[in-house]
Amino acid sequence: MLQLTAADYDAIRLSVKVALAATLLSLPLGFVFAYLMTFFKFRGKAILEVLVNLPLTLPPVVLGYLLLIALGKNGWLSPLLEPFGIRLIFTWKAAVLASAVVGFPLLVRSIRIGMESIDYQLIQASRTLGAGGLDTLCTVILPLSRHGIIAGSSLMFARSLGEFGATIIVAGNIPGVTQTIPLAIYEYAASPSGDAAALSLCVVAIAISVLVLFFHEYLGSKLARRD
Amino acid sequence: MELRVKVAKSFAPFNLQTDFTVTGAQVGIFGQSGSGKSTLVSLIAGLSKPDQGEILLDGECLFSSERGIDVPPQRRRVGIVFQQACLFPHLSVESNLLYGYRRLAPELRSIDFKALVSVLQLDPLLKRGVNKLSGGERQRVALGRAILANPRLLLMDEPLSALDDSLKFQIIHYLKSASEEFGIPYLFISHSLLEIRLMTEQVLSVAGGRVVRQATPEQLARERMGQSQVGYINVLHTEALRKLGGLHVYRWGTVELYVSAGDDTQSATFELSSRDIILFKRHPEAISARNLLKCTVVDTFPSGNKVGVELKCGSQTLIAEVVMEAADDLVIQAQNEVYAVIKASSFRRLG
Repeated sequence: MLQLTAADYDAIRLSVKVALAATLLSLPLGFVFAYLMTFFKFRGKAILEVLVNLPLTLPPVVLGYLLLIALGKNGWLSPLLEPFGIRLIFTWKAAVLASAVVGFPLLVRSIRIGMESIDYQLIQASRTLGAGGLDTLCTVILPLSRHGIIAGSSLMFARSLGEFGATIIVAGNIPGVTQTIPLAIYEYAASPSGDAAALSLCVVAIAISVLVLFFHEYLGSKLARRD
Repeated sequence: MELRVKVAKSFAPFNLQTDFTVTGAQVGIFGQSGSGKSTLVSLIAGLSKPDQGEILLDGECLFSSERGIDVPPQRRRVGIVFQQACLFPHLSVESNLLYGYRRLAPELRSIDFKALVSVLQLDPLLKRGVNKLSGGERQRVALGRAILANPRLLLMDEPLSALDDSLKFQIIHYLKSASEEFGIPYLFISHSLLEIRLMTEQVLSVAGGRVVRQATPEQLARERMGQSQVGYINVLHTEALRKLGGLHVYRWGTVELYVSAGDDTQSATFELSSRDIILFKRHPEAISARNLLKCTVVDTFPSGNKVGVELKCGSQTLIAEVVMEAADDLVIQAQNEVYAVIKASSFRRLG
């Protein structure tokens, strides 16, 4: 039987909140980025491509550490945050940021696959029918990328749920504040009597992942039917 | 419509360089694939940019490298009907049709939606999704969508190439009649001279990125007869008369034709190659071919190593071809009478 404590429920709530926030935050940015990378040629495109994909290959701990340095008291991002009184380190917002950075390349990749499958002549057709660039983006490219957007969002949400390495460094492992499911499992696993609790949370994590995948399948087949 | 295109565009190894002005409502651009036709289309529509030169439509500058003008495609009011219909798959037929219309300034919305739908017979399709349409239906919707945007010029870029032969000639009827009905001038781009002849009044012949000839489709067809693999294609509009054994009898002007590939429909259009017509100086007594037409030679013209012979059969014109030696032997000259012999199986049905 699942035996969940109040702290476990907090961790579950926080995990979903962080994953959702990271996905929603990244979605518009990821869409615009995928659009730029798919339809435009510009200098430095290859470098940008490598930078965005770097989190896929880099150990998350490295990313977390870099974020910690950048967001820290004397970090190079602090002049941007400090004047507004924004403090990210060791808050749930830092966990969101860590998840967003780690999941971003997955999101962009999926959206790009969707965009690259759009027949370019459809875009040309919309232009000759009087639609400007932004109009075409909203009325042709966006709706035709929806498969990619859905796939990317679910992938990113699932990846964010599992985010551990970057989160523990930049957000810490504070129960009720920044402790997500993976961090809680880590803590249980480190204590001699935590097996049952760790397993319970594992079951929850599996359940959420399965739900996300089913939701993804459901939306995908619904769209396919409509097409 | 007056279109002036003086542009250069190179993307190795291809190099397009044109300088032409055309006026008229139905202009063809003829050329083999890779000749630069589609590049020309995208330059005129503003989908790609010339390296240099200028493009003027009805006196208005759409592009000029000298004056730094490059009107974006959405403001050129130059429509395109593509080879593939390119309908928006996420929209219904009706929303596809109205896509351009909704983006027009209200004072330019002069094409009546209902009238267009009725000309193109799209009524039963309006509420359907576009993915369940047949090839011909898709192309009709694409045409309607382009016309509703009330373009100053419609570019038809090989709009028939993806269709079955039998469909092509139905769609030609729609392309032509709808454009005429709503007063939309068009450039019809094709590698088929027959399509060009059915669709246009004048034609630019393009080869190797250059316009090599500006003529009427008829002139071009006659000039190319000698080098074309199919000769000159005569197009015969006929009326069904009766059935005779395994053959169908059609009236063509004042002449009766015996045709193998007939059916029960009232009117039919056939193509007949100039190569399938044999000329006799005198009446041949007994022949297996079913059609023996007494004709008068109107004119002869050289085409490659052949001689084209323009014949008058009753009220109709027919082009036959003979090799030069045969022309000499038969003394084929204007005003002479000859007999044209055509097998019943030589007529190929269009549409």
